[in-house]
Amino acid sequence: MIRDRDYQRKQARTGLTYLMLIVFLIGALLPFAGIFLTAFKSSSELAQGPFALPETWHFDNFQKAWDGARFGTYFRSSVIVVVPVVIIATILSTMSGYAFGMIRFWGDNVLLLLIVLGLMVPSEAVIIPLWKLMGTLGLRNSYWALILPQVGLSFAFGTFWMRAHFKSMPTELVDAAVVDGCNVWNVLWRVLFPLSRPALLSLIVLLFMWTWNEFFLVLVMVTGDLRTLPVGLALLRGRYAADVPVMAAAATIVSLPVIVLYFIFQRHFIRGMVSGAIKE
Amino acid sequence: MKTRFFNTRLDNPPYIRPYQAYLFILPGLIIYAVFVLWPILNTARYSLYDWTGFSDPVYIGLDNYAELWNDEDFWLALQHNAFFVIFYSILPIMLGLFLTALMTRRPLRGMTLFRTGLFIPQVMSPVVVGIIWRWLFAYDGPINELLLALGLDGWVRPWLGDFTWARYAVGGVGVWVQYGLCMVLFIAGAQSINADLYDAAAVAGANAWQEFRHVTFPGLRQQILVAFVLTFIAALRVFDLVFVLTRGGGPGKETIVTSLLIYQEAFQYNRAGYGAAMALVLTVIIVSVSALVMRLQAREEETP
Repeated sequence: MIRDRDYQRKQARTGLTYLMLIVFLIGALLPFAGIFLTAFKSSSELAQGPFALPETWHFDNFQKAWDGARFGTYFRSSVIVVVPVVIIATILSTMSGYAFGMIRFWGDNVLLLLIVLGLMVPSEAVIIPLWKLMGTLGLRNSYWALILPQVGLSFAFGTFWMRAHFKSMPTELVDAAVVDGCNVWNVLWRVLFPLSRPALLSLIVLLFMWTWNEFFLVLVMVTGDLRTLPVGLALLRGRYAADVPVMAAAATIVSLPVIVLYFIFQRHFIRGMVSGAIKE
Repeated sequence: MKTRFFNTRLDNPPYIRPYQAYLFILPGLIIYAVFVLWPILNTARYSLYDWTGFSDPVYIGLDNYAELWNDEDFWLALQHNAFFVIFYSILPIMLGLFLTALMTRRPLRGMTLFRTGLFIPQVMSPVVVGIIWRWLFAYDGPINELLLALGLDGWVRPWLGDFTWARYAVGGVGVWVQYGLCMVLFIAGAQSINADLYDAAAVAGANAWQEFRHVTFPGLRQQILVAFVLTFIAALRVFDLVFVLTRGGGPGKETIVTSLLIYQEAFQYNRAGYGAAMALVLTVIIVSVSALVMRLQAREEETP
């Protein structure tokens, strides 16, 4: 009897859990679904409700956003900035993460603390002198003004992340894999690098997302065609700003690369964002 | 704690010379120092100057801070940030805890799907999130249409342009963005709580609330602290979302936040020194609260 009631209660609880999860899942996805559907509608179809399927799928909204509202140009800027930031920051933080995680040297604690500081400070803390510095260097309103600071900020997280990864690697395994006459450079790139693929993949997708979504720095440093997608979207004015389907298409263009990556590598995103930011 | 946090390796293998560590760190450190560390120091320095961003900086001591102290807009912005802590931190954490408490602790089928879906607002650009909710909240938008359809005509309003409700509308978006993160954290944490504790609670005849109070909640303390730090920082830094949702703090100054003020002072009103003082205050608040909570967390880890 008691067993039975217990079992029923457990069943009921499972059912309730699913119900809640589904309700909240719908809550999380519905707004996105609404905007993506709207991106394929004609203006006259808007009146039929946000979640009605479009009668015919209008791809010309994307055409208008890409050419007319210049999102093709912004897309190009985003790629020009994100690719070097991710590549350079990944290489540099793999190197320093290795040094902090596996080599004992004088001053390591102080250096590490300096770098950890970069994990906590908001971009507001650097933006004003950075703007001035870029002016002095003649780099304001150039891609360098976006790439260099983001390499620096990514380096702080990357070092922290890769250090934790290398520390968790058994050193015996590494030492055993080292053949005589192997130098430290080759140990890192030939032995450790191939063994670190999961950690590197997490780092790459996170840096991609943060750089792709960066707003404040881009807003301050560059104008016109150098703007990346999020700033282009936020500052969209004029004819297309009032055109809801074109706006929706533009929002889709901005978010699609991150969404695709996220669905492929969701485990890496979540692991990095909940454990990487704070925990060791 | 120290030994665990920092490098524990005592000697280096023969193929490593210690000076090589510096060579590995140096390239990244140079970029980091020039484009992150040096600007932080300069923010502190410029905050003591009267400086438009173009002029020669004139040293004025603590005058910027004195002005800040009497700046109503600054206090208002800080108040709004505090208000958003409720919506970015407190409510999502409570919601996450509530949902976690409801759940069975048996691994659920399809959990990956739920986790993936609930986490999506976290990875999206806040600008896109802002654009979507501006559309949802529009006067002729879906939310008001829904209210009309439900016969709640009295509730129809231009949410983001309403002097009373704009703050709550922006806050509501904050809850929507953050609760998935809290929930994912808590569900993962709850699954690692020792099942014996739940059995013991059941044997002792604990009801759902007592079970939550004495087993789940203490078991999730770590995760709650992590969630708090992440969401608290987000609440104090919020910029792009407000920039898009209310086009920079409107209506009036109802949704102005500190980072928006910094942007306006430094880059629109050419008061870079004053903006730097604001930025420094914001940074000190963020860094000290995060450091405090991280210390709490470290202490928690020591006494399980």
